[in-house]
Amino acid sequence: MDFQLTDDQRALRAGVRELLERRLSAPGSSRGSGRAGPPGSAPGAEDGLDRGLWRQLGEAGFFSLMLPEERGGVGLGLPEAVLAFEEAGRVLLPGPAVASFLAAGEVAGAAAGETVVTAVDGTLVPWLAEADVVLGDASGAVPLRSVDPLTPLHRVPGTPGAGRGVTEAGRGGPGGPGPGVLLYAAEQLGSAARTCEAAVQYARDREQFGRPIGAFQAVQHLCAQMLVRAEVARAAVYAAAVTRDPLEVAGAKLLADDAAVRNARDCLQVHGGMGFTWEAQVHLHLKRAWVRAQLGQVAEEAEEALASAL
Amino acid sequence: MDLTYTEEEEAFRAGLREWLAAALPKLPAKPSPQDWPGRRAYDTAWQRTLYDAGYGHVHWDASPTQRLIFLEETEKAGAPYVGANFVGLLHAGPTIASEGTPEQRARWLPPVLRGDEVWCQGFSEPDAGSDLASLRTRAWRDGDHYVVSGSKIWTSHAEVADWCELLVRTTPVSEAVPKHRGITWLAMPMDAPGITVRPLRTLAGSTEFAEVFLDEVRVPAVNRVGDENDGWRVTMVTLSYERGTAFVGEVVACRRVLGEIAREARGNGLWDDPALRRRLGRLAAEFSALWRLTQWNVSEAQRSGGVPGVGGSVFKLRYSHARQELYEAAAQVLGAGALDLGHEWSLDRLSSLSYTIAAGTSQIQRSIVAERILGLPKGR
Repeated sequence: MDFQLTDDQRALRAGVRELLERRLSAPGSSRGSGRAGPPGSAPGAEDGLDRGLWRQLGEAGFFSLMLPEERGGVGLGLPEAVLAFEEAGRVLLPGPAVASFLAAGEVAGAAAGETVVTAVDGTLVPWLAEADVVLGDASGAVPLRSVDPLTPLHRVPGTPGAGRGVTEAGRGGPGGPGPGVLLYAAEQLGSAARTCEAAVQYARDREQFGRPIGAFQAVQHLCAQMLVRAEVARAAVYAAAVTRDPLEVAGAKLLADDAAVRNARDCLQVHGGMGFTWEAQVHLHLKRAWVRAQLGQVAEEAEEALASAL
Repeated sequence: MDLTYTEEEEAFRAGLREWLAAALPKLPAKPSPQDWPGRRAYDTAWQRTLYDAGYGHVHWDASPTQRLIFLEETEKAGAPYVGANFVGLLHAGPTIASEGTPEQRARWLPPVLRGDEVWCQGFSEPDAGSDLASLRTRAWRDGDHYVVSGSKIWTSHAEVADWCELLVRTTPVSEAVPKHRGITWLAMPMDAPGITVRPLRTLAGSTEFAEVFLDEVRVPAVNRVGDENDGWRVTMVTLSYERGTAFVGEVVACRRVLGEIAREARGNGLWDDPALRRRLGRLAAEFSALWRLTQWNVSEAQRSGGVPGVGGSVFKLRYSHARQELYEAAAQVLGAGALDLGHEWSLDRLSSLSYTIAAGTSQIQRSIVAERILGLPKGR
């Protein structure tokens, strides 16, 4: 047993981080929240999907990471995919990355990032207007004023959790949650770790009463709990990537959702008044975490699945 | 990221399982919780059995992964806990192994491994809990002895121990000597004159701990491990040792209890309550993740040559809370039955309250995580 990252996995993670950070902090990238419109604008009213970024990710092998080499892919496994999506979660990569990733090799152009693929996920469809291909039945889709300014959303009629338009990208097949659920969990993990780091950095820099606020135990303990949430979720997500056990995937999504949402809340709290502003960007992690919590497998489904196996 | 065990590790597991299946039926009846001499005899006999079978060293010499397998398999098989051997095997023993002289190792380690001698721990004091370094039990040199006076608290197995790993102050705190610098580590024979042991009753009704009063107890100076005034560093070697695999057996046990709680709820109709089902489902995710976190931490220790990493504090914070949640869920399922101390879960619910306090309160653990892992400025 050696449940730690291999050297290759560390190198992969570093490479993906470098690529995403370079691309998403560059001027004119799709990230800059300063350029994002007011909250709740209609889908597509934002800057739209950055297709240049999408192609660049395709060229770098992001979407074809798990595609066998004989089919033009990188030939790596779910643990490596999880590491890549963790990085995507850290930087709030906009776009239907999970659906496009799972469509690589199935939908022409998806692996290369030429074709943007989205999927119906429960009653939600992210990036419907921007996508070239929609998997599942999106008829009757109505745009929402998405809470996340970087994720346009449509709703399709149906009951939540009823599994309309079940795809591998979403709720998985009858055998339990598919890899898509775990990739959302990996994004949540990346977000949870990132907001923990951001809170710690701010607590070191921000001074009140003549000392960094991070010297106050009340703030220290918020930060410590953030680390605990992220690290417990990490163990669950990585293990589920190795075993692919449906119950472990369900548990990983549950704990990663929790870590991402609660860490973003605590990060916002540590930032004080600044945390409540648009420009501080903490809200973007919280809002995306709320969106991801509704995708793949929601808490109720995961908890019921875990309970029924007891 | 590899969760499969090597052939060697699987062989170790198979051999252990086979041996446990043969050894456990021969165990004598378990003594009553209040029968301290009986408990000592039971626990030390089990250690002797392990020793004779070649498993006596497992806490010391085995790889972290083998230790994980050992703790997992012994718990699953229902084998006795380390019990009265805890301090000798997991605190004092490793300290002596790492910091003691060859003579000290030869004197004290073999009897611990054979189950011949029992150790207790004299660290905490009534006024030195989380702030352990502020301890005030004094020792002064008198010829080739130290003379010790003061009091210790939370000392498990003090009534039946042969030795006490004792922290004493040999240099008073002053502007020149901070509190961490004047502490010395001594091995005190528990039959020395001047020692009084008074059992402490816990809120669970049991007498798991004792207060130990020391009135001019003479301890030979050759019983000092490490240099005089270097006891704090010597102790830290011990404290870090307990973090890696300390709760392996308990996580295995919690997962079993969770299954039993679900069975109880299915039987009494509470399973129809979706809120309860979801609560138990979440606990299943929690303990599954804690198991994986243990494997993560053990693998980290294995890579670093056996040194437990910082993951121990993260694990303890989450586990101590999860264990309390588990027994709260058990109480919900039992309903009025949770008021009956005749039910094992009711007692375990009470004892779970110590988990966020013992071995570093959750508050202290969070400060440790904040300052030592996250690098936040020293708190106040």
